[in-house]
Amino acid sequence: MPNSPHLLPAADLDPAHLRTTRQIEGSAAVAEAVALCRPEVIAAYPISPQTHIVEGLSRLVKTGRLTPCEYLNVESEFAAMSAAIGSSATGARTYTATASQGLLFMVEAVYNASGLGLPIVMTVANRAIGAPINIWNDHSDSMSQRDSGWIQLYARTNQEAIDLHIQAFRIAEELSLPVMVCMDGFILTHAVEQVDLPSQADVDAFLPPYEPRQVLDPADPVSIGAMVGPEAFTEVRYLAHAKQMQALELIPQIGREFAERFGRDSGALVHPYRIEDADTIVVALGSVLGTIEDVVDEQRAEGHNVGALGIGSFRPFPLAAVREALQNAQRVVILEKALAVGIGGIVAMDVRSALAGIQLKGYTVIAGLGGRPITKKSLHALLEDAVADKLEHLTFLDLDQKLVDAELERQRTTRRSGPQAENILRDIGTVAARSH
Amino acid sequence: MPVQQVRFYQVGSFAVGNRLLDPEQRSVQSDPDRSNALTSGHRACQGCGEALGARFALDAVMAATEGKMIAVNATGCLEVFSTPYPESSWQVPWVHSLFGNAPAVATGVAAALRVKGRTDVRVVAQGGDGSTVDIGFGCLSGMFERGDDVLYICYDNEAYMNTGVQRSGATPPAARTATTQAVGDAPGNVFGQGKNLPQIAMAHEIPYVATATVADLRDLEYKATKAMSMRGPRYLHILVPCPLGWGSPSNQTVQVARQATQCGLFPVYEAEHGEITATTPIRRQIPVEDYLKPQKRYAHLFNPTRRGEVIDALQAIADRNIRRYGLLDTPAASGENPPAATGEKAQVQP
Repeated sequence: MPNSPHLLPAADLDPAHLRTTRQIEGSAAVAEAVALCRPEVIAAYPISPQTHIVEGLSRLVKTGRLTPCEYLNVESEFAAMSAAIGSSATGARTYTATASQGLLFMVEAVYNASGLGLPIVMTVANRAIGAPINIWNDHSDSMSQRDSGWIQLYARTNQEAIDLHIQAFRIAEELSLPVMVCMDGFILTHAVEQVDLPSQADVDAFLPPYEPRQVLDPADPVSIGAMVGPEAFTEVRYLAHAKQMQALELIPQIGREFAERFGRDSGALVHPYRIEDADTIVVALGSVLGTIEDVVDEQRAEGHNVGALGIGSFRPFPLAAVREALQNAQRVVILEKALAVGIGGIVAMDVRSALAGIQLKGYTVIAGLGGRPITKKSLHALLEDAVADKLEHLTFLDLDQKLVDAELERQRTTRRSGPQAENILRDIGTVAARSH
Repeated sequence: MPVQQVRFYQVGSFAVGNRLLDPEQRSVQSDPDRSNALTSGHRACQGCGEALGARFALDAVMAATEGKMIAVNATGCLEVFSTPYPESSWQVPWVHSLFGNAPAVATGVAAALRVKGRTDVRVVAQGGDGSTVDIGFGCLSGMFERGDDVLYICYDNEAYMNTGVQRSGATPPAARTATTQAVGDAPGNVFGQGKNLPQIAMAHEIPYVATATVADLRDLEYKATKAMSMRGPRYLHILVPCPLGWGSPSNQTVQVARQATQCGLFPVYEAEHGEITATTPIRRQIPVEDYLKPQKRYAHLFNPTRRGEVIDALQAIADRNIRRYGLLDTPAASGENPPAATGEKAQVQP
């Protein structure tokens, strides 16, 4: 509780003990939170909407507020993750951030970092993947790294993004596994909100210095990244899985510790909202949960028994917690900001695994792709259709079916129908891409 | 009583025997306490030039850094033959990440050492020509331009040997590889392609660039040692014949490497901050044909008929190198001060 400054004990006047409440941009808040974690090496390559985070850290390092820290301006995301691998293997606490195409460009190194068991923390400022190129928010980027071996935590708010970064270093270093903190690009990264930034002393007490399990040290030479054949590969991969299973215990435990010290619940496998007696539960990740919870409240006010379940940890996927939360519902609506082309949902498949043997109706809703707003109005209509069981099993929220049909017709009738994204834009008439 | 003349050419190779030198001038490899950074028992092919080059280079670095060194390895033969799990031939801290990222991983290692105040520990990144000139080129250029304190060593065997001898950006013209086969009107690799990576490294104006071969191991030791006397990005490009890929006898690896230098196809030199500072002159010039003929990768130039025009074109490349690098200039004529004899250069430690 904030007291009047003159009542504070002397120790709390030390800047290290100051916690501040500030009205700042999400990216700036994350930069401050990462700096509080005292990363020793930061590898940075710019990509929207991650840029403000690495810009903020660049300033913190250059002004000497974050020291000692080596800030590396590298030539690509592939190099960023590679440099992170090198510094983490040399025993330095290491951070990087990326999004979208950048995450895809570093994928080979992303898998390598987890395979080697290096506790790198990376922010993913979630953004769509092209083509067509699109800088706005959805979860296609981090979802594509579902099986990369990284722990994936999703932030609902900027405050949670701050808190999850601080917890991410703890989780990563205790397990010797890398952690992605996923936050919605622009929606969170560029939103100015009031946030509470913990004091350096509190973060230091929560996050001890990094003690590596493996380190490149001339005094005790080891080979890291040796070739492994069929005789041991399965066991090494099993251990990667076993560590993620350990994370299912560790994530809530560290979340509780965090809550005790900082007074906020943020680290959790799942975030149930009014699900106790809910017939219909919406499952989602990230910032859209705020909108969904508002819609749940309004639906409840009208007497509908609906609830929401946020997934805080997508990897490891909390099968038991999801099962427990959903098992008494009649139907579940999984709202996804990504599309597994050719099948539909990504989160939905995991939710189905969690519900094995339980009979309930399941709907997959693809929403918010490439930054399309997910409005309360659309969500209300969606929920009403769901409750009436009038939804398709795979629904694209606010899809303009006429536009799609027009393009399909064009492709049916014209061999050289042209680039379809441009065709659709021309049909909408929002751009000057006219054919005459 | 006749005085027995000291013969420096005892092995017919211009090599200076260690026993003729003062102990401190002897090869690192003659020291019973050498580090054996890449120790015995690995699975390289018989006559592997890369294994030979890597051992000499890294032991020299280990000696120069008093054992304080971390090695970063790209994917490739060297990584594969040295570390089939759970064995490892590396007696140094060693990390392998990917095919194309060794320079960037080394950047990270160097950054971690800097932040921890361990600048006494030095970083060496190494890879074959594929990982250096092709897939890892972007990372290498980035490491150079940032000025990271890393020695990068390229073991150049002129193709992707680990995957079965496919063409790389360092494969010479006319050479047969699995993807530039000796068929058609112009058998083997085409002319007019490929990268000259030492020159590209020089264009970055980094503190030190040097070429070397396994034919002159004292020169290689000297250059690895000299590189470690400097800070910042340094690049060492070592020609390492591959008996498997080149189709050369496995007991002729050193000989073939020497022929590459003596015909002029592989110039051996040093450069600092973008300017050549020393060139190893050709001691006994040979025609390129003498270099090409023992290698099966060039067999199509001689069988079933001799393809004189192709051999002439390769000779023209060698002749251009000889002009460009002054490979036949005498030390006096060149105006510079290149080391007189390759073996003797190693005695002039900085």
